[in-house]
Amino acid sequence: MTERSGVEVRLENLVRRYGTVTALDGLSLTIAPGELVALLGPSGCGKTTALRLLAGLEEADGGRVVIAGKDVTGLPTSRRNVGMVFQAYSLFPHMVAWENVAFGLQMRKVGAAERKKRALEALELVGLGRVANRYANQMSGGQQQRVALARALAIRPQVLLLDEPLSALDAKVRARLRDEIRRIQLEVGITTLFVTHDQEEALAIADRVGVMQSGRLEQLGPPTLVYTRPATPFVAEFVGLTNRLAGTVKGGAVEVRGVRLPLVQPDIADGPATALVRPEAVSLASRADAEEGPLVGAVLTVAFLGAVSRVTVDLGDTTVLAQMPTSAASQYPAGTKVRLELRSDPVLIQREEPVATAS
Amino acid sequence: MTAAGNPAVATSAGRPLAGGRRLSLDWLGAVPFLAYVGLFLLLPSAIVGFGAFFNADSTFTLENFGHLSRSYVVRATIDTTVISAVTALAGAALGALLAYAIVTGSPNGLLRRLVVSASGVLAQFGGVTLAFAFIASIGPAGFVYLFAQAHGLDYYAHGIWLFERSGLGLVYLYFQIPLMVLVFLPALDGIKPQWREATESLGGNTWHYWRHIAGPILFPSFLGAALLLFANAFSAYATAQALINQGQPMLSQQIAGALSSEVGAVEPGFAKAIAIEMIVIVTLVTVLYSLLQRRTSRWL
Repeated sequence: MTERSGVEVRLENLVRRYGTVTALDGLSLTIAPGELVALLGPSGCGKTTALRLLAGLEEADGGRVVIAGKDVTGLPTSRRNVGMVFQAYSLFPHMVAWENVAFGLQMRKVGAAERKKRALEALELVGLGRVANRYANQMSGGQQQRVALARALAIRPQVLLLDEPLSALDAKVRARLRDEIRRIQLEVGITTLFVTHDQEEALAIADRVGVMQSGRLEQLGPPTLVYTRPATPFVAEFVGLTNRLAGTVKGGAVEVRGVRLPLVQPDIADGPATALVRPEAVSLASRADAEEGPLVGAVLTVAFLGAVSRVTVDLGDTTVLAQMPTSAASQYPAGTKVRLELRSDPVLIQREEPVATAS
Repeated sequence: MTAAGNPAVATSAGRPLAGGRRLSLDWLGAVPFLAYVGLFLLLPSAIVGFGAFFNADSTFTLENFGHLSRSYVVRATIDTTVISAVTALAGAALGALLAYAIVTGSPNGLLRRLVVSASGVLAQFGGVTLAFAFIASIGPAGFVYLFAQAHGLDYYAHGIWLFERSGLGLVYLYFQIPLMVLVFLPALDGIKPQWREATESLGGNTWHYWRHIAGPILFPSFLGAALLLFANAFSAYATAQALINQGQPMLSQQIAGALSSEVGAVEPGFAKAIAIEMIVIVTLVTVLYSLLQRRTSRWL
């Protein structure tokens, strides 16, 4: 495949309504040339709608779509030069793999010999040169999605759109193909929008992750920042697991069960609040340290997750999740009395009413 | 290992065989179907096939098949084939359009439920009642004709075509179109919306979609359904007999004529030979239909 550099994509104040439901409520997003942005959010948050508006498969009720500096808002999909991979298998069933890949080139009036050559190149890029003559029903789900990726890339689009392309695959294939997509995206250097509801997928693959809720972007940033410095309680709760612990905000910190923790937003007004604490910020002291106190409790369950384990501790009035290496967690079987320690990472605060600031 | 050194592996219900295997009894479930097919399809076909080789004196002969070359039988074969083919193609085209209109609506919508239910009934509506319905409505004494005539439209000005081959074709469409709707709807339901969107994202338009994607995918189903309609019309009898009893253009009517001739020349062996001719044609059509269905089932 020919190397190419990506183009900038801008979604400007996009609005999309279905009857009385607002699917997109003024979404603005700029994707840098060659960047992979993942839109992450629960069902109905508007992420797929955003992708479809960018593709031209739906019309916006307001706002603009700009690709490489050109306003394409009014253009049909066929003239936007975008490549798309769908959630459901969308290969044409009456064509073999290379014919599927060559179809877009045929639409661009590329000669028969040239389009077969380029189709085979695209299949080689996704590692499927050997299945070029197979029909969709003769391929696995993972192979079909790779052919769909090759088909999308073969037309040399300016933008690649991936609409939950891994969701129909089993976990192992999903992880492998996710890495494969990222490798190819970097190799080709194409600007990419990846839509998913799977946070692990989004965090693993993207240069930046946009977390959406109710048609709006809650936060857009590098995966590590979204995870470690969630901008809103929704992001904190949606991305990764979070303990909700009652506490009191005072003097730019929150006191949780006798421990003072710094705040992500230090200017929050004093008063009672719920602190959102990551399980990996919670550790267990050894059994010998177990005594009475607000952070002392009994291990309820230990969930083995491979390299790490998740331990649920009952503190009497609430339960707390702690995540640690499996070797460490194995020292605390269910029923063990333990004392929790909270790492002093900045935490987010949630209140019933919108979080008020001190100023 | 058992003491006998020959453990029986119970994989399904049934009688143990030598070596520990069990005779599967799964086929018992197919007995009612096989009995039905045997009694009402294979046995009558065998009787007809056997009888075609005997004359009225029960002596073996090939003469009955020789009579198939009689000019009126050849004519009826051609007429039946033409009427069946025309109504099959027209019914398939109109039925496909109607089915497409349905699938573009809501999958659980009222229109779809109404049309599918009505098609289920109308596809089975035929015979004397259907012929009478047409005679009473658009026939020369029918209320539609009288109304049209009173308003200056005389569609029988050049002859009463309802009782001719063209009229028979029109009446056949009454059950061919709903049958097409029922047969073709599942194929249309199998078309994925992503195929159209993929076509568009790859630079194609609506024409490209139908020319390169939906058309080729649906064509075997369409052709298969049209063949089924052909067989349906080819084997119809009562409607044709009720509408046209002069000239007997259909092969099925020729069978009736050979069995109950008003001039006394009853030829049961000849009737059975015509029936064999029809069975052969319908079997060929059915085999073609099955082949197309097998091809389509891989795609849809």
